[in-house]
Formats: sequence, C-alpha cells, structure tokens
Amino acid sequence: MTSLPVLGARQGGIEIKQFLRSREAVVFTMLFPVLLMAIFGAVFTQEITPGVTFRQYFVTGMIASGLLVVGFQNLAIQIPIERDRGVLKRLRGTPMPKAAYFLGKVIVVLVIGVAETVLLLAVANLFYGVDLPATGEKWLTFGWVSALGITACTLGGIAFSSLARSGRGAPAMVTPVALVLQFISGVFFVYTQLPSWMQQVAAFFPLKWMCQGMRSVFLPDGFAAQEPAGSWELGRVALVLAAWCVGGLVLCLLTFRWTTRRDG
Amino acid sequence: MTEDLAIFARGLRKSYGATAAVAGLDLAVRRGEVFALLGPNGAGKTTTVEILEGYRRRDGGEVSVLGTDPARADAAWRARVGIVLQGTGEFEDLTVGEVVRHFAGFYPRPDDPAAVVERVGLAGKVRSRTHALSGGQRRRLDVALGIVGRPELLFLDEPTTGFDPQARREFWELVRALAAGGTTILLTTHYLYEAEALADRVGVITGGRLVAVDTPERLGDRASAPATVTWRDGGETRSEQTATPTALVAELATRYDGGEVPELTVTRPTLEDIYLNLIGER
Repeated sequence: MTSLPVLGARQGGIEIKQFLRSREAVVFTMLFPVLLMAIFGAVFTQEITPGVTFRQYFVTGMIASGLLVVGFQNLAIQIPIERDRGVLKRLRGTPMPKAAYFLGKVIVVLVIGVAETVLLLAVANLFYGVDLPATGEKWLTFGWVSALGITACTLGGIAFSSLARSGRGAPAMVTPVALVLQFISGVFFVYTQLPSWMQQVAAFFPLKWMCQGMRSVFLPDGFAAQEPAGSWELGRVALVLAAWCVGGLVLCLLTFRWTTRRDG
Repeated sequence: MTEDLAIFARGLRKSYGATAAVAGLDLAVRRGEVFALLGPNGAGKTTTVEILEGYRRRDGGEVSVLGTDPARADAAWRARVGIVLQGTGEFEDLTVGEVVRHFAGFYPRPDDPAAVVERVGLAGKVRSRTHALSGGQRRRLDVALGIVGRPELLFLDEPTTGFDPQARREFWELVRALAAGGTTILLTTHYLYEAEALADRVGVITGGRLVAVDTPERLGDRASAPATVTWRDGGETRSEQTATPTALVAELATRYDGGEVPELTVTRPTLEDIYLNLIGER
C-alpha cells in the first residue's frame, strides 16, 4: 500500500490545483488582508510611542491575521462545504487514510500561508515602513512563530469545521469568530489599550500570541516595554501556541466527521 | 458456511429515534453474483446498504462483508470494496482524467485510469472539468471512481437515475462485463426492468425486512402463478386465467380446427406485478 507521506503529498497537490483553479478563492484569500492593510494604513498614521506608528503595529498584526485567515477561517468554512457536497463521504469509502486528508489540507494551507506572508511582508515593507527582520535571530523567531501559529490555526480550523451543521451555515459561524479575535488580540487596536477583561479573553486564543511574537520581530526592541508583561514573553508565546497545536490535534481526531449529521 | 458469501447479514437492525429503519433483515449474497435490492422509498434500502458499506453503525444483528465486519472496516478492506453512492460530491475544478488518476492512487492494484474512463464512456471528456459534465456523465464518473480500484465487491446505489435509454444500455453492458470478470455486485434500483436485465437474484425490502428473494423469473412464485390467456372470438376479446395454459391453448386449437387462434397471447405476471403485490400495493 502507498505510504502516508506520498498519499498526503498527492492530496496536497490536488488541493493546491483546486485552489488555484477557483479564481475567486485565490483573489479573496490573498488580497483581503492586503486590502485591510491598505485601508487601515491610510487611516491610522499617528505614533503609539516615539518611533513606532500605529501603522507598523497594525501591519505586523495583519501578518499574523493572514495566517489565521488562511489556516482557520479558510478550512473551517471549506470543510463543511465539502462535507455537505458528499466529497468527504466519497473519500471515506476509499482506502485513503484520514491522516492523508489532513496532511493534504496542511500542505495547501502552508503553501498559501507562505505566499500570503510574502505578499503582506512585501507590501508592509514597501509602503508602511516595516523593516525586514534585521538579524538571523529575528528571522528564526519569525519562522517559528509563523510555523507554530499556522499549525495551531489549521488544526483549530479542522476541529471547528465539525461544529457547523451545514456548508451554508459555516461562513456565518466562522467569520465572526475570526473577526472578533482580530479585534481583541491586538490587530485593529493596540492590545494594551483594550479593557483588561477583553485582554484576558484574547490571551486564551492563539492570535494574541502570534501578534506579540510578530511584534518582537518587526518592532524596535524598545517597544517590548509597552507589552503587557513589559517584555516579548517569547517563551510563553511558544508554549501557548504549542498547547493549541496539541489540543487542536486531539480535538480534530475526536470530533472530525466525514458525513453530515442527518447522514448518520 | 459463510466463505462463499460476499455479504452475509442476520437479524440486522437499525433505528432512528423511535423509527425502525431496518427491523431484523437477513441477506446472503454469493461471491460473483449480481444481486438487486428492490423496495419503495423509506423501506430501509439505503440504510442497509450503508451499513454494509461501513458508513453506518448497526444497532444489532450479525454482518459480514468479504469476511469482515464492516463496522471495523480498515484500509485493506476498503481497497477490496467499490462504492457508488447516490449522488456524491464532485471535484468541480478538476478534470475527469485528474480525478480518476487521483483515486487510482488510493488503491494497491488499481486499473489503468485511461482504460476505466474509456470503459464508462467518458473518453471524449477526459480533459473536461467535472462541473461541465451532464448529470448522466457525472454518474458515469461516479462509477469510474467506484471501479478504478478493481474491487471484488461493488455497491451500486441507484446508478442509472437520470440516464437516457442509450446510456442505460451501455451501463448495463459495463455491469455485465464486470460481473463476467468475477466482481460481486449489489445493486439497488427503482427500475424493475433493470433488475430483471442484470440481476441473478432479486431481493425485495419493505418495512425494514427482506420479504422475498429469488431469481427475477421465479420471484414471488411468478413462474407458477396463473397465466392469462387472451384471444379474439367473434369480434370480442376473451380472457381466461388458468394454472394450465398449455391445456387451454390446445383446447382452443381444437376449437379452431387446428387453425390459428385469433390474436392469441399467453402472459405471466410481470416482475412489476409481483413486486407491487409483495410490497402490499395490490
């Protein structure tokens, strides 16, 4: 029997092919965060602290949000649609292992996530005064925050996909969750200026920690003093994101459904 | 005892809430056989088939499909079983060739994807996106995906719904060729003439039970049921039901002095008559 990595890679290949052929998906997934970046970047130009503009803060958060959109929002909407249309049921009737399907989703998310991040980084660098990471150490932080963040979001997205009863209902359930997270996690507003209860809620979810990790890469070191703990807390960022990866995986395996509820 | 059986079920039960969809169903399908399941909507056909396919859990009873309990289906078992469900999701942005090739990759000893596409009559559509296919063509693609793994046992759930007569004939030829190659086939259909044309044996499900099983010719004592003899006598159509039609025809022949009996026909009940009788519609 063909090995799991090969099956997963093929599944990833066919997912990428399908993504690239659905033009609306490509345009909206890739350009929506760029559009938001452009709008907010044009509106908020004031400085938060001397030497750091809100633009830089916001654009850094948008890079983290891009990962949330690609991993969480995309999958949590797309999988219920595939389930509704019977695509999952059909796959279930073949010897393809469940893990190959997940692997395929992870691969397509990673590819889109990298493309999205490069695009946002380029726009941020060219138009909004965000410098590329200056040292090897910062690149490394950028790499692991992105990798852990997108993994947590992907697994969370697959787990969340089992909540929607139908493909039609999925966007209505998923979009507000993603949007609210962006409001309370320090993307559209400066995190430390939010009410403390809101901060506490956000601290349970990965996006807040992804944003914080990204700020440690793209904002001046001096800005660390403005963070809630007075430092970047990179150890805690890693810990929370890793916990979400593990928890998300467990949830995926426990709750994933191939068929709709009325379908047994 | 069950070794020569592809499918064996005894006392199969499944309820949804207070409604019993399958209520003590017994079924045995031999290896290499084409078996047709008939029954009205809501009789428990699809539930039964989906339990056998490993999609649904049963509440009770014994089941063995290719020697394995489908509730414990693993990849090796699924590689031996082909499934064509009622209306399933397509991969809209892929071409026919791409989908069939992709599915072939799931199986340990698949058929040649190009040959399978040809076999289901989609050779001219191999480069078409699946969303551009007609309903009948989509159904053929479903069949292609069901057989590309060269299954020992193939489930066909209402496979020819929406086919035009020409496409249906071609599909029958395909099923006959698969059966000739040794594939066991469990078919559900609403078309009685389809069951008659394809099946070695027919089972009728109603109220969650199998109420009759036999060859299409003998189902429900069809072969020994009274025949109807009709002929024309002096401008008037005469008709008589009899258990001994040969004797009646011989008598008529004498009556007409060994000449032709005008407009003579001898008919037995059709499969449809028997079926409607069995499900209590007559």
